[in-house]
Amino acid sequence: MTVVTAPKKVTTNLIGLEKTDYRGLETTLCQGCGHNSIVSQIVAVCFELSIPPEQLIKVSGIGCSSKAPAYFMNRAHGFNGLHGRMPSAATGAILANHTMRAIGMSGDGDTANIGMGQFKHLVRRNVPMVYIVANNGVYGLTKGQFSATADQGLELKKGLQNRLPPIDICLEALVGGASFVARSFAGDPRQLSTLLKAALAHKGTAVLDVISPCVTFNNKDESPKSYAWGREHEEPLHDLTYVPERDEIVVSYEPGEITSVAFADGSSLRLKKIEVDHDPTSRLAALTLIEESRTQGTFVTGLIYVNPTQPTFVEISGLGTTPLARLTPAQMRPAEQTLRDINARLA
Amino acid sequence: MSVQSQPAVAEKSGVTHKVNDFSIVVATVNGSGSQTANGVILRSLFTMGIPVSGKNLFPSNIQGLPTWFTIRANAAGFMARTDLSEILIAMNRTTVIEDLKGLAPGGVCLYADDLAFEKLRSDVHYYAIPAMRLARESGAEASLRPYVANMAYVGGVAWLLGIELSEVESALAAHFRGKPKAVALNFGVVQAAHKHAAENLTKTDDFRVERMPAAAGMILVDGNTAAALGAIYGGVSFAAWYPITPASSLAEGLQEYLPQLRRDPATGENHFLIVQSEDELGALGMAIGAGWMGARSMTSTSGPGLSLMAEFSGLAHFAEVPVVIWDVQRMGPSTGLPTRVSQGDLLFAHFIGHGDGRQVVLLPGPSECFEFGWRAFDLAERLQAPIFVLSDLDLGMNLWRVPEFRYPDQPMDRGKVLSAEDLTRLGGFARYKDVDGDGIGWRTLPGTVHPRAAYFTRGTGHDENAVYSEDPQVWEANMARLARKYQTAKGLVPPPVVERMSGARIGLVAFGSTDPAIHEARHILAEQGTPSDYLRLRAIPFADEVGTFLAEHPVNWVVELNSDGQMHSLLKIDFAEHAGAMRSLAHNDGLPLTAQRVVQAVRGEKESAS
Repeated sequence: MTVVTAPKKVTTNLIGLEKTDYRGLETTLCQGCGHNSIVSQIVAVCFELSIPPEQLIKVSGIGCSSKAPAYFMNRAHGFNGLHGRMPSAATGAILANHTMRAIGMSGDGDTANIGMGQFKHLVRRNVPMVYIVANNGVYGLTKGQFSATADQGLELKKGLQNRLPPIDICLEALVGGASFVARSFAGDPRQLSTLLKAALAHKGTAVLDVISPCVTFNNKDESPKSYAWGREHEEPLHDLTYVPERDEIVVSYEPGEITSVAFADGSSLRLKKIEVDHDPTSRLAALTLIEESRTQGTFVTGLIYVNPTQPTFVEISGLGTTPLARLTPAQMRPAEQTLRDINARLA
Repeated sequence: MSVQSQPAVAEKSGVTHKVNDFSIVVATVNGSGSQTANGVILRSLFTMGIPVSGKNLFPSNIQGLPTWFTIRANAAGFMARTDLSEILIAMNRTTVIEDLKGLAPGGVCLYADDLAFEKLRSDVHYYAIPAMRLARESGAEASLRPYVANMAYVGGVAWLLGIELSEVESALAAHFRGKPKAVALNFGVVQAAHKHAAENLTKTDDFRVERMPAAAGMILVDGNTAAALGAIYGGVSFAAWYPITPASSLAEGLQEYLPQLRRDPATGENHFLIVQSEDELGALGMAIGAGWMGARSMTSTSGPGLSLMAEFSGLAHFAEVPVVIWDVQRMGPSTGLPTRVSQGDLLFAHFIGHGDGRQVVLLPGPSECFEFGWRAFDLAERLQAPIFVLSDLDLGMNLWRVPEFRYPDQPMDRGKVLSAEDLTRLGGFARYKDVDGDGIGWRTLPGTVHPRAAYFTRGTGHDENAVYSEDPQVWEANMARLARKYQTAKGLVPPPVVERMSGARIGLVAFGSTDPAIHEARHILAEQGTPSDYLRLRAIPFADEVGTFLAEHPVNWVVELNSDGQMHSLLKIDFAEHAGAMRSLAHNDGLPLTAQRVVQAVRGEKESAS
């Protein structure tokens, strides 16, 4: 056999961009921070799916997680707003131009503490966007206070113990009416990447709760938000395969073993049963699953719930095809005669 | 009226005729449907060509508490509230004794005949109207009777004053547009009451109306509706709001008119979206998101809502996102008096948010809610900043006789926005670089398809390229640029309006809804030998001519509806050299200002000085 040097790999995607076109600024997060893994997956996935960076907005609140949008996709407009208030700014932006995709980056404090109200209303409205929570149970930028997702009994560096039960972001999302709820682990890049693709294919709010250990303040091996604990206890619900629309025909699968979730954009997610028999299209099953995993102290990851047809806020809002942000002055200012009519009515 | 707070001063504009010169107060309970009746009286007078204003003094309640509606007709055009009324329509048993005390000597009390009360005032003309009986006889079903009973006082007052019944019928038709049955039922009661009065009552007073030449080009409208329409002609495409008195009717005005005016006739598509948000944080957050994306975007609220919007306002200021914020002011602090007027948010709106920063504030007068409605968007996009428009409960919720709306006389100013073609030509851009020397950078809209279009909008410290920076020089340069932008705003906002009288030695400085009281006060003062000049502020930052005006008068009264003298304080900051020539007339009892209040203050100073 002749050994040939492999030709240089094709490094452009379907729209002719290189992966570097999806890069952001150099990260300033701690080395080993789970958030950096999330950022890498976003870059890889958006490159792989050939998403035009200019057609995407990055939105975030305040905190370590919310700094992350600066570290991916420099060619996408970013909006780093207020602590806990990313949902409202994102909602307004998306409604003003619903042809744009949106990735929101939030943290557990940003979502489950200060931002719980806006988060619930975002999922209730089913605003089209991917909403990632980089969840580490701790405030990093202010040097290690508990967030509302911190596990009960957790002790942080300063010796304080968290006495309150944690808020489960997936549970809150479900109860709030979310149409896509998934959980993943920053230490499981393969699953995270697949879920990200599915989230981007989903037409409504896709909530992705990513356990993302804080190497500085919350990475003791016994902490359920540490790498060690996560690797030890992670129980993926399914073996996941994301199938883009263009590959529809070439993917083979064994019927019976696999559930398929079809998204509005023509792509689909194949879920192969592992141990738990979970139907992600049942909200009741999803609620039960979370409650059972809580009582059993397990850490289930994967697609917990999805309703790919739930109407989005854009769909129910009566918006037309022309984005509000692209209307021409002629479309925005009614004709002079209409004002004469109004004056006549009020005279 | 029991809500009056001033000692009775039995003088008005100096006009003593009883034709087309009186104030009516209608005392009812809220939730009884009297608004329709009051609106019909007001509109009938209006269409008879008589200058008229109406003010609703209502409780924060749905049903059962006392409410008063005042109507002032004045041939000379003085439209301010008066301390005393000449005509009382008494429909509320619980307040009638107090209401009688608010009548001017020789006044009129028209009352529902089932109101048993002691007629303590012997100088008042009394007329009883069998309101409930007429309602019963109208054929209205029982549940509607309390409402149509109000039409009995409309008929009674029409007889009393000589209001033409045809105008009453037209006013009813305008109110119940497309519901002829309702018009007939209500007008039937009006006619029956009119007939009853004509046959059974003897007129002993001299108050009456006379048709005046129709004033061409005048309309009757509330400020919130005017503001909503102005916003629509200014191209508002996105609005987010949270219900609050007295601002709700502004957003509801958008809801009423946008579907009529901004639906694409060809496709039927909505070119607008209104979202009722979960709170005011969400409302302004959404509006800012939409403004950032490039839509003309607004929110409307009142004091408590503005408090919640403080943090987002600071973000819009610092990240330089265009957005329009209407604050229809009510009485604070805290929940305060939700249904009473105040100009108490002035300092808060101007300095809103933590850290440095002064915001552009527009101060529409009674006839400017429409114009400022559209102009605010041009300013927001030109200045890339939040623009605060300060209306108030009196302006916003009451009906005003104002010149008809004028179509915007300028094309829309969309501000400095770079397209993909511009970026190709320029090779890139720096978002916060002051390339034109006016403090305003160039922005790109998300979705602009160019590799160099994107930038990272942030509330954190940033350099010209919108990159995070803690560099002291970068910080100072950015703040200096924002200060430059504020100076640029000075030349763009509506300048003050100055009215002069010859020989004036005093100046009056005011803004917003106090305008009618100032006009009337100047008239009275001039008759008493004290002519005055008047500067009506229409925006902050202040134009330089404000300083010139202050310098012209040894005494300048700064008149405002708040307790702290907020405008006075602001003027002292910006025109410290004239601080000694300024006097504060800060009046704040929850009611619209009267001319008497201004006259008293000015005369009091003159007397104590002499």
